[in-house]
Amino acid sequence: MGVPLAGALAACGSSGPSSSTSSGSAGAAGSGASYWYLTGQPGEGIRKGAVDRFNAANASTQIAQTAFQNDAYKTKIKTALGAGQAPTIIWGWGGGGLKSYVDASQVEDLTSWFSDNAAVKDKLFPSSFGAATVGGKIYAMPCETVQPIVLYYNKSVFEKVGVQPPTSWDDIMALVPKFNAQGIAPFSLGGQSRWTNMMWLEFLFDRIGGPEVFQAAFEGQKDAWSNPDAITALTKVQDLVKANGFIKGFSSITADSNADQALLYTGKAAMMLHGAWTYGSMKSDGGDFVKGGHLGWMNFPPVAGGKGDPTNTVGNPGQYLSISSKATAAEKETAKKFFTTGVLDSTEVKAWIDTGSIPIVKGADSNIGSSEDAEWLKFLYGVSSNAKVFAQSWDQALPPSAAETLLDNIAKLFQLSITPEQFATNLNAVTNS
Amino acid sequence: MTAASVGSARPAPSRSAKSVHGRSLGWLAVPALVFFVAFGVIPLIGVLLLSFTTWDGIGEVVPSGLTSWKSVLSDPGLPHAMWVTFQVAALSWLFQTPMSILLGVFLAGAQKYRAFLAVLYFIPLLLSSAAIAITFKALLDPNFGIGTGLGLPFMSQDWLGEPKLALGVVVFVVSWQFIPFHSLIYQGAVRQIPTSMYEAAQIDGAGRMRQFFSITLPQLKNTIVTSSTLMVVGSLTFFDLIYVLTAGGPGDATRVLALDMYKRGFQANLMGPASAIGVILVLVGLLLALLFRRLGGGDQTASQLEGA
Repeated sequence: MGVPLAGALAACGSSGPSSSTSSGSAGAAGSGASYWYLTGQPGEGIRKGAVDRFNAANASTQIAQTAFQNDAYKTKIKTALGAGQAPTIIWGWGGGGLKSYVDASQVEDLTSWFSDNAAVKDKLFPSSFGAATVGGKIYAMPCETVQPIVLYYNKSVFEKVGVQPPTSWDDIMALVPKFNAQGIAPFSLGGQSRWTNMMWLEFLFDRIGGPEVFQAAFEGQKDAWSNPDAITALTKVQDLVKANGFIKGFSSITADSNADQALLYTGKAAMMLHGAWTYGSMKSDGGDFVKGGHLGWMNFPPVAGGKGDPTNTVGNPGQYLSISSKATAAEKETAKKFFTTGVLDSTEVKAWIDTGSIPIVKGADSNIGSSEDAEWLKFLYGVSSNAKVFAQSWDQALPPSAAETLLDNIAKLFQLSITPEQFATNLNAVTNS
Repeated sequence: MTAASVGSARPAPSRSAKSVHGRSLGWLAVPALVFFVAFGVIPLIGVLLLSFTTWDGIGEVVPSGLTSWKSVLSDPGLPHAMWVTFQVAALSWLFQTPMSILLGVFLAGAQKYRAFLAVLYFIPLLLSSAAIAITFKALLDPNFGIGTGLGLPFMSQDWLGEPKLALGVVVFVVSWQFIPFHSLIYQGAVRQIPTSMYEAAQIDGAGRMRQFFSITLPQLKNTIVTSSTLMVVGSLTFFDLIYVLTAGGPGDATRVLALDMYKRGFQANLMGPASAIGVILVLVGLLLALLFRRLGGGDQTASQLEGA
């Protein structure tokens, strides 16, 4: 009897946040700087390579690196910041998450450093700085790659059914019954992850009402979600759900397991709206799907009568590195040196290109020519650099508490358990300022 | 159970033993007490204090009175989460208890093959909840799962995507994991029942069914109370399995209180409201434990042995 009772007591104690403090083993202490980032190939190897090269070249200013799995990292970094155990260099997504660090005075203001080191700033895509800026000041160094959301399709399936890729929302709705009649799901979707559903809304909001609709909500304007264009977009996505546009069981599929991608490359689904980062994993997991030229892609098509520019895109304009304000002066210097000489050096730029990604460095397209993914990379570079507006993913742009309400309601919207009007009311409650 | 019945069966000697050896034995409780205070009581006080603050987990902890409590208690998500938690607790109790008693009685038999089966039945208890959840999730996948793999159409339901089915699956998987543990408790309890009672019943002409309902079940009364307390109070803290299996979905169909607390605290960065839910969980757990003690009968010293 003793063991389970002890277990119950332990479970009782762990219900509070206080017992899950970080071990702090990789904390900010020590002479060199520390850097936490995400696991998952190919990114992990490229991140590690950049640090290793920096450490080899700078014997006196070493950077200790620790890698964490994506979801675990999100919790870990928050706990570490709260406990004053944060690493010197904080990897992040910018936007609302970064703002919460700034509000808590946990990260360095890099505005003056960037004006002193204009060369570093000028090297990077200007669009990547939006999500690094809070209240007109820059708090993070953009890094890594630009990741727009792309509409992928399986060319073999389209040939088999004898239809053409969609060029408008009406085309999409017309394709749905044709694929369903053949027993093929029109769209793959990892709905349990919720942000996957969100990408649909991001595009529909933009195509129907333009980027202003979400921007208004983001800025806290009153009842921004009740905008008629927003209601139209929410209704359209429910129409697609009702027409069986998404794969059966989508609400229990997770994106983490890449099952949604598997549905596309196994031909069980015809299309998929997903981030540019999935190209690499479909290439490595999908057999000859990508190499054999069966994967097609396009920017999200326009909606008839919509106000949004069809070149607009959404996604991650970059990833972000911030410096902990709790770090020592020496550690901060090391971090800045790493930003100048280590981040996105020519080796790293080449490495990202090789994985089918576009690093956020101006002129990165000059490296494309030799790549076996040249066609994809040119498309990606074109979408990223030609976009009139490159909006940041909503859940990253909003503060965490609003983002959670958003994702929650999106899941219910796709479950058809709330109406577009209820969705708008629930969201207005958290974004009205 | 054994400790309780031994202690209660000999109240007088234990009392005199206390007066003689009281000083020398008191320290035995110290290690347990230290751990309980350090990992149970102190965090609990911390959670109670946090529930009267506003904190995003990163910045300053700002005392804010009843703000967190008001936001939690006025949120329609709370009664929903409580209802889901209640459903999970009640359904898993209804499913687990008869199964555990039957398996426990079966395994209490002295036959060799039953000992072998007991080892097999024990296996789910050795697996981690996360591993169990991932396995069931893969098996129940509507597109790549067991239904498609074996060509069984009735198995390829949208198990985790339909609210009612998802709740059923959660209850089933929870039960699958914990029935072995409760069977073990019942097995031990059944073996404690004196064989003389069964022999007497046989002489009186009672059949196997009659013996089960008139001897075994009444003799298991205290065990049922213990096992039920563990099941119901334990089900309040189900988190890992549900988090991996459904993440509270579809929508919020399987969002139990513990999951609601985690989402508010660590995903929405609302530590104040999350702590308030933590306090509610503790209170509900204590109330339930108390209730089950009452159900077990106030007269804990009454012996059940020798047909009393």
